[in-house]
Amino acid sequence: MTNTWQDIRNANVVIVMGGNAAEAHPCGFKWVIEAKIENGAKLIVVDPRFTRTASVADYYAPIRPGTDIAFLSGVMHYLLENDKIQHEYVRSYTNAGLIVREGYEFQDGLFSGYDEKRHGYDRSTWDYEYDEKGFAKSDDTWQNPRCVINLLKQHVSRYTPEMVSRICGTPQDKFLQICELFAGTAAPDKALTSLFALGWTQHTVGAQNIRAMAMVQLLLGNIGVAGGGMNALRGHSNIQGLTDVGLLSNQMPGYMNLPRDVETSFDEYMKTKLFKPLRDGQTSYWQNYRKFFVSFQKSIFGNAATAENNWAYDWLPKLDIPLYDIIKAFEMMNDGQMTGYICQGFNPLQAFPDRGKIRRGLSKLKFLVTMDPLDTETSRFWQDFGPQNPAKPSEIQTEVFQLPTTCFAEENGSLVNSARWLQWHWKAAEAPGIAKSDIWIMTGLFQRLRELYRKEGGAFPDPILNMVWNYTDPREPNPEELAKEMNGRALVDLTDATTGAVTKAGTLLDSFAQLRDDGTTASGCWIFTGSFTEKGNMMARRDATDPREQGIAPNWAWAWPANRRILYNRASADLNGKAWNPKKPVIEWNGTRWVGLDVPDYGPTVKPEDGVGPFIMNAEGMARLFARDMMAEGPFPEHYEPMESPADNVLHPTVSHNPVARVFDGDRNNFGKREDFPYVATTYRLTEHFHFWTKHALINAILQPEEFVEIGEVLAKEKGIAQGGWVKVSSKRGEVICKAYVTKRIKPLTVDGKPTHVIGVPLHWGFTGQARKGYGANTLTPSVGDANTQTPEFKAFLVNVEKTSAPVTA
Amino acid sequence: MAMTRREFIKFTGLGLTASSLGLLGFGAAGVAQAAAVRPFKLTHATETRNTCTYCSVACGILIYSMGDRAKNAVSNIIHIEGDPDHPVNRGTLCPKGSALLDIVHAPTRLKAPRYREPGSAEFKEVSWDFALDRIARLIKDDRDKHFQTTNANGTTVNRWTSVGMLAASASSSETAFLTWKVARSLGMVVFDNQARV
Amino acid sequence: MSDLQSQDYVRRSATTMTPPMARSHEDQVAKLIDVSRCIGCKACQSACMEWNDLRPEIGHFEGSYENPMDLGPSVWTLMKFNEYENEQGNLEWLIRKDGCMHCEDPGCLKACPAPGAIVQYANGIVDFISDKCIGCGYCVKGCPFDIPRISKTDHKAYKCTLCSDRVTVGLEPACVKACPTGAIMFGSKTDMTHWAGERIEDLKSRGFENAGLYDPPEVQGTHVMYVLHHADRPSLYSGLPDEPRISPVVQAWKGILKPLAVIGIAAAALAGFFHWVTVGPNEVQDEDEAEADRAMREVEEEEKSP
Repeated sequence: MTNTWQDIRNANVVIVMGGNAAEAHPCGFKWVIEAKIENGAKLIVVDPRFTRTASVADYYAPIRPGTDIAFLSGVMHYLLENDKIQHEYVRSYTNAGLIVREGYEFQDGLFSGYDEKRHGYDRSTWDYEYDEKGFAKSDDTWQNPRCVINLLKQHVSRYTPEMVSRICGTPQDKFLQICELFAGTAAPDKALTSLFALGWTQHTVGAQNIRAMAMVQLLLGNIGVAGGGMNALRGHSNIQGLTDVGLLSNQMPGYMNLPRDVETSFDEYMKTKLFKPLRDGQTSYWQNYRKFFVSFQKSIFGNAATAENNWAYDWLPKLDIPLYDIIKAFEMMNDGQMTGYICQGFNPLQAFPDRGKIRRGLSKLKFLVTMDPLDTETSRFWQDFGPQNPAKPSEIQTEVFQLPTTCFAEENGSLVNSARWLQWHWKAAEAPGIAKSDIWIMTGLFQRLRELYRKEGGAFPDPILNMVWNYTDPREPNPEELAKEMNGRALVDLTDATTGAVTKAGTLLDSFAQLRDDGTTASGCWIFTGSFTEKGNMMARRDATDPREQGIAPNWAWAWPANRRILYNRASADLNGKAWNPKKPVIEWNGTRWVGLDVPDYGPTVKPEDGVGPFIMNAEGMARLFARDMMAEGPFPEHYEPMESPADNVLHPTVSHNPVARVFDGDRNNFGKREDFPYVATTYRLTEHFHFWTKHALINAILQPEEFVEIGEVLAKEKGIAQGGWVKVSSKRGEVICKAYVTKRIKPLTVDGKPTHVIGVPLHWGFTGQARKGYGANTLTPSVGDANTQTPEFKAFLVNVEKTSAPVTA
Repeated sequence: MAMTRREFIKFTGLGLTASSLGLLGFGAAGVAQAAAVRPFKLTHATETRNTCTYCSVACGILIYSMGDRAKNAVSNIIHIEGDPDHPVNRGTLCPKGSALLDIVHAPTRLKAPRYREPGSAEFKEVSWDFALDRIARLIKDDRDKHFQTTNANGTTVNRWTSVGMLAASASSSETAFLTWKVARSLGMVVFDNQARV
Repeated sequence: MSDLQSQDYVRRSATTMTPPMARSHEDQVAKLIDVSRCIGCKACQSACMEWNDLRPEIGHFEGSYENPMDLGPSVWTLMKFNEYENEQGNLEWLIRKDGCMHCEDPGCLKACPAPGAIVQYANGIVDFISDKCIGCGYCVKGCPFDIPRISKTDHKAYKCTLCSDRVTVGLEPACVKACPTGAIMFGSKTDMTHWAGERIEDLKSRGFENAGLYDPPEVQGTHVMYVLHHADRPSLYSGLPDEPRISPVVQAWKGILKPLAVIGIAAAALAGFFHWVTVGPNEVQDEDEAEADRAMREVEEEEKSP
């Protein structure tokens, strides 16, 4: 989230699209209701189903799964065509006026530079024109036809209301009504907030879905302001934290990248991270990358990381491919390229696409370790549970270790919420039996391995032997010590160059601005610097005071970065530093510095007239309507059909799907055709359950006891399916037999003139826990992901449905 | 007057005879003062502040446990409700959060390490030492066998792709950091979390 | 043990009592359920089960989000869902939290023949006192909202207590506290009525011209009230009674028959009567029969004596 949960109350219009906030985030959704009641806000819901969020919406419009880019490009077309953009904001704070170099073009569904053979782009033409100083050329009058804004106008001109309706199945009048509501927030003192989640990410074009909305928000001037922003409602309690700390195949803590093997040395690695400003005088904050990197290496390798050994650069593993994501991992497993797998609090047999493939993959492992408070399906993949898990134990040679862990109530620590707040929590009871914390278990493994390497030697033991482990209790490090390690310390007495103030060696640092690239500071996660200082544990703060009740409680817990609650908040003020919305200022220029409710996302004394852009992490200092080379499938979002789709891409039938989606051969053969699987399916959570956990909790099992799918009345009638009757839902990959919920809430959509039916598949059921046994939605889902992130396409695929009788259980 | 029960019903139904039982001595005044309301169950329970383990709204919760943390009292969680001071949830909880008690005490909570041998149809309980010793051995044997020091071009790559890990998205950031250190010290790259699913 | 003192009773089943008058200053409480803010998440159901230690059986999916399928001895509140297509052809998903309305004039209490089994406190809460309950089921028939349920295990009647244990110590009910969107509010009846007025104005401004408060005068108002977008048609909300009426039989029992109490009839006999009225004669338990016989004999003796 760019903004906070409570800040939603400042919105004038709320759009929930690509998510179902009322069901998945009910307590955060209260601020939408608050916005309606206290701020007269209008709530819009765009969703294939009439959800529980839609039940309290002012406007609801249906949409075919997987067509959000067409819808949002249609919105952009409307805003540009009708001149409903916030001009001053767009002109000064976005790259609308920058000039794109010759050579960039878009034709018949492809951007310039496409390489058919490797399903990828040479992205070199997706860039600006530069002057002799290396700065991007611009035309603030927007006369130049190569200006970003003009290329954008041209790009979205195809998305007329008729075209949107033809692709999305959304009635034109409903679409236009929503465009009008959006347009109203182009006024400088009005804000639209976007609340989204996996409804946008779980597509082959997931990242571009979100970009499309971000562009709408930029055109309307709604980023950085109170009640605005792009608010990704994250799923798990600490998935933000896990991402922040870089537990992803290609990440390091604080959004630094794990080296690739083409970066053959530390210098080569740093070359791609210089982030030279692309306009004169811009901040381009990533220029400090080296400080964050060296401080990180000092944190984990201590004295063993020296200038001489390039701060132990070679001790980090180097990637040969962009990602070793989950789809890739299970592809490797199925190919026999993996020996072991450790699932810490994670249940891939339920969570990953194409369940059959997951089960086959796990069966090929030599060993599987699960660490979980609960008896997960994954840990029992080898056991026969009848049709819901037809396994033959005798044929599965995998050794399985099921390790019991503590749960939230039994440990101290911090979690990062969707609004980037680090909140500390305290242990309330002991774990059951002899269950242990993840910290104890991971440490137990590490200490054993280190001991084995000490005794026996073996492959490259250096990082194992030199990893800093100077905790008070080396067998179970205290969470507070780990938190301090991430915050970081001075390693020698540091003297501030401007103030002359001295930070003593060993002192916990207050800010990442203190980090250095000469090995004199250490920080395990630079964006967390300031979270645990000499003043104490800032994450444990409990002052809920909210000045002006504007949804910023600056002294409650601590937010990264630098306790900033609204990202890009410099953009909440106009060029002179006055709030666009005088009733809800976030920060303003008082003549000498930036002051206000929030910590400025900007140099605190940088004058408005200095022309420093508000988007300080970008080398242009501006937000990007044109993404340059940052996205795999193009600098502008373009509508591509889901991999399994009921319709051809009417814009460019020859390039129907995302041309750069990565598809493994085996998976390609597992895509279904619309002749065999004529209905669109989409998966989702129900509010009564949390993923595959709460079926273990009795109350939640009572509230939603059994697997079902949602089918519209028209289709049900066509197929003779009775309310609550049994149905078989099948895809190319498997079938689910469950109950049917025949509902008015899903209506057939007219897509390119043809009726299209959508089937809703809630995802919570498995074969352990207290709810009734189920097959699980991932029995049906395809193994293909977003071209940038490899997030699996769970939200749009093809199925068939038939009336049937109850499954025969073992 | 002789009456069957059925006749009696008709009779009273016609409104000729009925009674308020209190007047007949069934409801003694003293009984009325007996405790009516269920005693409030949290009066001396220990309150611990925590965060809901489910979604990223991160609602503040109050965990109530039996006992006052005295040496001889074993804490047992008896109730969980929203923290009214928390600026986001302000005391509210969703149907998952309101039922956190049932996940803490789920009958399927694991209590001891279990191990399944190749080809076996069942789990057996094992000691922590057995489990961790065996896993460490399996990891080391595979790492020593499959670790790549350099690639075909001779570039140092120091990566290990044959054992992977998924990290817990409900664990603390402190756990995550320690997990990162352990996984990357081994050179592990098949390493992911729940951000996508 | 915390308690509401007997002085706080204003009504008590099967008891002629004059409410203590000295404490005249207690505010009446009310729960306000604003269905226009309700997202049907069932947090109220969950919190109710958790706080009150209730765990009904795990059911099945039966073609609706409604689960369990009905109120029960351990289901004191239940979200009810109705997919309603309005005159404009737009879908409205009308979701209502069902449960005890805590009537000012409680039909259950009027019908109850067991002294002190149902009480009403000065704050308006209507509470079932289990150790006095004889499981006759008259409260079920007496209730205009079809709320109480009799347990097949212990033959006692159960329903929402408005968390009288929490309210007694100054807390709001568990469902109220949990409700993520503030669709359930709790406070003095005056404040809740006032707040409802504001909500209704907002709804009218959003095109719900028939928005209104459900506080039915037929039962002299309730301590659980609804804000409805279609207050002209409460029955749209999964059968919320348009005009809730206490059964005439119960009215008669209280209004006409009570003065004749001196004739004297035992509770158990009445149990038979109401059981027949409510459930029908086929389901009469053996104990009921025995009790009835005993009561008959007593009545006969009474009749003989003068």
